[in-house]
Amino acid sequence: MSREGVPILRVDAHLLVTLQGDLDDATVLRLEEDLTHEVERKPTRGALIDLSGLPVVDSFMARVIARISSLVRLMGVEVVVVGIQPALAVTMVELGVDLRHVRTALNAGKGMDLLRRLGDP
Amino acid sequence: MTSVPIDVRPIRTSEDLRAVRELLRAQARSVGMSETDQVRFVTAGSELARNILKFTPGGDVRVETLTDGARLGVRASFVDQGPGIADVRLAMQDGYSTAGSLGLGLPGARRLVDEFELASTPGRGTTVVIVRWVR
Repeated sequence: MSREGVPILRVDAHLLVTLQGDLDDATVLRLEEDLTHEVERKPTRGALIDLSGLPVVDSFMARVIARISSLVRLMGVEVVVVGIQPALAVTMVELGVDLRHVRTALNAGKGMDLLRRLGDP
Repeated sequence: MTSVPIDVRPIRTSEDLRAVRELLRAQARSVGMSETDQVRFVTAGSELARNILKFTPGGDVRVETLTDGARLGVRASFVDQGPGIADVRLAMQDGYSTAGSLGLGLPGARRLVDEFELASTPGRGTTVVIVRWVR
């Protein structure tokens, strides 16, 4: 069982999180803790969460991703979720997962553009 | 209809979820399901396995490959000896939840598969069978 958590990369005031492979619940929950901790630790303007390496997102994972996004935004940091592949998008819509309150972009590049725009009023 | 039993996996802790998803994915892939249908089938199975974890002391999933002569498919049967579902019609409604979740599990899983059958006896347990055919 992987307990070693998802790496959080910092590039200046932005955080990059890349979710890769089929994650167990403990890893997903731990990301919530690690990311809020990292936001508190150093001045942060935005966080990018890349789902392009995830083979599946069920209702639990979607709920945690939405919660992470809300939590971090409450701390004043914009979150953009990127890389939702077509198969995942179709499945999430049919399942009924609600990510309307989560900001999304097609890929990491577009997500970074969006974060920069959100950061410069 | 011919079926070939493939494997049985226990569903006891949240750590079993990945093994269940892996088994479903491997079978969906082996019969030639499209990428999107694989994700649908695996996600449906993940929801049903989560229901077993949430509501019962545990259960199993049994996976078979199927053919009706013309096409191939995968069948997964989720069996538990839990409390059963008192009102199946209610449990199949979107947004209905007794566990403080979003209540997407059963109705969501049903939308992701071609066939969905639920049999439940209060006090004895529940069996949910899902099938996805290769198109």
